[in-house]
Amino acid sequence: MPTITLKPYKTPELMLECYNITPDVFAGKKPEEIAELEIREGKTRVKLGDFFEASGSSGMTAAETDIHIAGDCTRVKYIGNKMTAGSITVDGNADMYVGGWMKGGKIHVKGNVHSFCGIAMEGGEILVDGNAENYVGCAYRGDWRGMRGGTIRIKGNAGNDIGTFMLGGTIIIENNAFIHVSTHAEGGTVIIKGDVQGRVGGQMVKGDIYVFGNIQYMLPGFKQVDKVEKEVDGEKATFLHYIGDLGERHPKSKGKEIYANLYVKA
Amino acid sequence: MPKLITQVGCPYCGSSCDDLEVLVSDDGKKILETHNACVIGNEIFHHVSSPSRPKKPRMRQPDGTMKEISYDEAVDFTAKTLLKSKKPLIYGFGSTNCEGMSAVARVAEKAGAVLDNCASICHGPSFLAIFDNGYPSCTLGEVKNRADVVVFWGCNPMHAHPRHTSRYSIFPRGFFTTKGQMQRTIICVDPRETDTAKLADMHLMIKQGHDYDLFDAFRTVLRGHPIPEEVAGIKREKIEEAAEAMKKARFCMIFFGMGCCHTDGRNHNIDIAISTTRDLNTYTKASIMAMRGHYNIAGPGQVWSWQFGFPYCLDLSKGTHAHMNPGETSSIDLAMRDEVDCFVNVGTDAGAHFPIAAIKHLKKHPFITVDPNICMASEISDLHIPVRVVGVEEPGVVYRMDNVPIQFKKVIDGPEGVPSDEELFDMVYKRMCELTQTEPFWILAKGHAQASTPTEH
Ligand code: SF4
Repeated sequence: MPTITLKPYKTPELMLECYNITPDVFAGKKPEEIAELEIREGKTRVKLGDFFEASGSSGMTAAETDIHIAGDCTRVKYIGNKMTAGSITVDGNADMYVGGWMKGGKIHVKGNVHSFCGIAMEGGEILVDGNAENYVGCAYRGDWRGMRGGTIRIKGNAGNDIGTFMLGGTIIIENNAFIHVSTHAEGGTVIIKGDVQGRVGGQMVKGDIYVFGNIQYMLPGFKQVDKVEKEVDGEKATFLHYIGDLGERHPKSKGKEIYANLYVKA
Repeated sequence: MPKLITQVGCPYCGSSCDDLEVLVSDDGKKILETHNACVIGNEIFHHVSSPSRPKKPRMRQPDGTMKEISYDEAVDFTAKTLLKSKKPLIYGFGSTNCEGMSAVARVAEKAGAVLDNCASICHGPSFLAIFDNGYPSCTLGEVKNRADVVVFWGCNPMHAHPRHTSRYSIFPRGFFTTKGQMQRTIICVDPRETDTAKLADMHLMIKQGHDYDLFDAFRTVLRGHPIPEEVAGIKREKIEEAAEAMKKARFCMIFFGMGCCHTDGRNHNIDIAISTTRDLNTYTKASIMAMRGHYNIAGPGQVWSWQFGFPYCLDLSKGTHAHMNPGETSSIDLAMRDEVDCFVNVGTDAGAHFPIAAIKHLKKHPFITVDPNICMASEISDLHIPVRVVGVEEPGVVYRMDNVPIQFKKVIDGPEGVPSDEELFDMVYKRMCELTQTEPFWILAKGHAQASTPTEH
């Protein structure tokens, strides 16, 4: 696939807002044109070329365009914002909003990501080799329609607010998470391979959560109903099956209430 | 003859009492006595005549000392600094009027700044919960006249809002609450035995940081499901008893404070408190309210929501639209992540309230304080600009904690030559327009609005 390589050569004083680093914007553009794209540092308008060296070539469409950021993006926000296709690889860390409002394509961050990774995501894939801060796959403030589709995989730890108001899609945290998993969720699946401190599934209406490790504080609104054998993310195990949040409203189907499911490895 | 001014508002806590009486000297320059105010409210009126109060802006010199400068120089420095910065942060507004807040907002828009208020480190999480889950609230008048079960969750009005309990929530006799305290059941949820907890009929001594779990337990009980034997350090029977009392109320009122919105989970604690309030409305009338800290800290939420659509954490640097996302655009996060390059502290004391690390980041750049008095922030600033004290020397509109607007009075004249917040920021705005050779259209619009309003205010 034709690849555009961006090599960061200057650290910004504040943070860079790079809404433009997406295959959708880069498609059909030459490196010189890409270097001219506007990005923001606070209220000042600067060019992508002021901070990155662009080389290589892009495809005709987003789906045919690959972006390789050969360096660290600790101070770069909005990588892959609203992208619909194609791929992005970041060799180091990335700041907030990686893959925010993303609809398709793939993002691979080899370092850590900051908060709001995959916020309001609708489709596509995000893979983070390191840790994520808070709000992985959450909704934007005040929106009751959170993540709707796609997959986010964090190989390290994640903070709080994972999948808040989630409606669909899958989030996998391969290590530990802090608090608030699938709060207010009405669908989707969250898999935590490590431990969670607490507040798992609070105010949850529908959807599934799998926890392989320990939940330190179980919410009083969850009740164990069963013990089941399941294959989750390629791993077979026995889980204690809880339903909840019994304190929250739940829709009815054929006269029976539908609850959210929480599976904790036995 | 000294003059007694009645129906004076108190510019201190979020109770925003408006029944004070102030005895003023003949020449209208000195406050002799205040009546009806609580201890802390009384203090603010006497504070204004302190001889150490600065009456001129002071600018930090290369040798570290502060030198008095003129207001014109201070305005010029502020305007230039704001224009030059890539992303200034203007923060504060715990203690000023709505007129000042709207004037600052015009400056912030022009400067492409981030505009934030003390809610950011206070009831900000409550805002997030309100965005997510609504706000079934009421006025304090309704509390006084109707509430027969009052829950104080993570707040201690006996100390923080001294007259709240006597004017609105525990003691007063109202239309349907003719027996006052006798008729009210008080429930206090607090990990400590506070003075409010001592007054309560029921004290749930919650394990710190487990507010969410306890609310979830209440909700589960209200829906008729069983709960574990103990939740958040509280026995099942006690939770059921409290839930029953709330259900049986004719009007149940939940007040929450920092103890609820600043333990782990923050906005979610308030979010589920709101859900609990909604659940209670299946059985009776229930309502919920944030115990806002300062007399007009509800003001910026009202004023800026009207101006920009968001109450706080407003990033106006985009130039085309306001962007708000606390966690990113909130003052502490911006400071800690080195995302701002100028700080203006207005009518609050960031020096005392912010984490030291945040202040250290902010101190790498120009640091300006606008405040009537000497405070920690003013003493570490590059520039300190004193202004008149709202509610004492300057009238204006303030929003009480229940978002009821009240017109506050001025009782004495301010020190000569010292402007109000509004006047100062209008001067800064005008200077910014001069420097950028643009039309000061907001000032012109304000002139038109004032000319076409027949009544004085
Ligand atoms: S309760 Fe608050 S508003 Fe009322 S007098 Fe005391 S400090 Fe002032």
